[in-house]
Amino acid sequence: MGRILIIAEHDGSTLNSSTSKCVSCAAGIENDGIDIVVFATSGAGIASQAAGLAGVAKVLHVDNEANANPLAAVIAPQVVAIAEPYSHILGPSTTFGKDLMPRVAALLGVGQVSDIMAVLGPYTFQRPVYAGEAIVTVEASADRKLVGTVRSASYKAAATGGSAAVEATSVDANLPTHSRYGELKAAASDRPDLQTASRVICGGRALGSKENFEMVFKLADKIGAAVGATRAAVDAGYVSNETQVGQTGKIIAPELYIAFGISGAIQHVTGIKDAGTIVAVNKDAEAPIFEIADIGLVADLFAVIPELESKLG
Amino acid sequence: MKKIMVGLKRVVDYNVRIRVKPDGSGVITDGVKMSINPFDEIALEEALRIKERGEAEEVIAVSIGPADAQQQLRTGLAMGADRAILVQTDKLVEPLDAARTLLKLIEKESPELVIVGKQAIDDDNGQTGAMLAALWDRPQGTCVSEVTFADGKATVTREVDSGLETIEVDLPAVLTADLRLNEPRYVKLPDIMKAKRKPLETVSLDDLGIALDPQLEIVKTDPPAQRQKGVMVEDVDGLISALKDKGLL
Repeated sequence: MGRILIIAEHDGSTLNSSTSKCVSCAAGIENDGIDIVVFATSGAGIASQAAGLAGVAKVLHVDNEANANPLAAVIAPQVVAIAEPYSHILGPSTTFGKDLMPRVAALLGVGQVSDIMAVLGPYTFQRPVYAGEAIVTVEASADRKLVGTVRSASYKAAATGGSAAVEATSVDANLPTHSRYGELKAAASDRPDLQTASRVICGGRALGSKENFEMVFKLADKIGAAVGATRAAVDAGYVSNETQVGQTGKIIAPELYIAFGISGAIQHVTGIKDAGTIVAVNKDAEAPIFEIADIGLVADLFAVIPELESKLG
Repeated sequence: MKKIMVGLKRVVDYNVRIRVKPDGSGVITDGVKMSINPFDEIALEEALRIKERGEAEEVIAVSIGPADAQQQLRTGLAMGADRAILVQTDKLVEPLDAARTLLKLIEKESPELVIVGKQAIDDDNGQTGAMLAALWDRPQGTCVSEVTFADGKATVTREVDSGLETIEVDLPAVLTADLRLNEPRYVKLPDIMKAKRKPLETVSLDDLGIALDPQLEIVKTDPPAQRQKGVMVEDVDGLISALKDKGLL
């Protein structure tokens, strides 16, 4: 058995829920303690949020101006510098973790288990391949450190109410200057976050235009849902990239997922398979989405969306 | 830039319906259409556009895989790559070994830029680019949707969960291509003919001094859990009452 280290994801002030999912995954691995590390400019506040996650032994924060923004090339050597006591190092399978963790693994000279969806043993895991059309069980060597990313949709958030020790620490690592952060252009939105929302409404290319997609937003606002989209809808410019759900976008697990005008390509479906209830509205009765939908309605979305909106009012 | 190196992986074509072998030993690949990993195709397209803008002189397409991966490299040459290198092996090459192998080619070719896909659509690992950047001790720009170059630097737009992030990296660097970086060109017949005369070099892992060090044993491959087909409703009222029955509204 060994200790597990989780790399915290945050936006400079708030801990991302993906970190909590990592704790839930780690709790399934036999261990001598689960620690979290926060890399930030002043990470005490974020660390105290992490310390509240049940099952966490200790939270470290490494405060450094260089950690103002998440640059993998800058964070990776710092992770390596504190990696020694740990048998497992985990990060979330979000764009943050996907950028960082392979860099950490390579610096440590070990492979990585991407998108852990189930823990079968301390070094045995299940993960999806081929856009989730197959699930492989992989076994890593117990002689090496295990680096992995955790598929958030496969885990519930850890309980809160914990009171882990918080410790400021510094690391001795040579930080590169060859990578510089520019800016983040985030679509300002008061809507629920796509990755954590309990309700999600998704639109496909059938919406036909950016203007028509507004119907989806209006309905989502009515029921307090987040909005997602297929790759085709994003490519067509109806909505921005961060709404994309699927193999190469976000993997989500809301309680309720409603698809409008989505055919059900496997690349999209892999992103929604973990939803509690899947509702599909499509005018094509043969659309593959109906094969996995809990509730299906063959109808024109341009009639259904306004009617739903008025009847739910 | 003098040289751009692009990694092309041979994978099961994205339109193929994947079937797991009944004995759990993998997925069926016999007689299945194989293609360039779509993200790698985008990587190559970007390299070609950079060259066509006059910002690079040569595009080298490389692959690690079986002899048949020559087909994908020929497609890459037909798209416009100047030459190709196949590191031939029939063994499964994990991302860390792929990165080590690519690093050997980098040491030989000294490219200023390496572009690979952000993930391969077979193993969905999404590791090779970042691992290569780490081993090379150079910057990485992953999930790139836009890139421009000036003064030995690349300004990179990355697709991240919260939106679009820009970073600036010094060259040489490794970029990984995301979907919206570009739309790859179609290959025309004359280009396929021309590509037959372009150089395609084959080397072995031994030639490069690489001994594979596999770290993950694939114990078993299973089909995914299937969702049960649900109910069909007739109209919006039926939909609303079905949702209410489930306590979702």
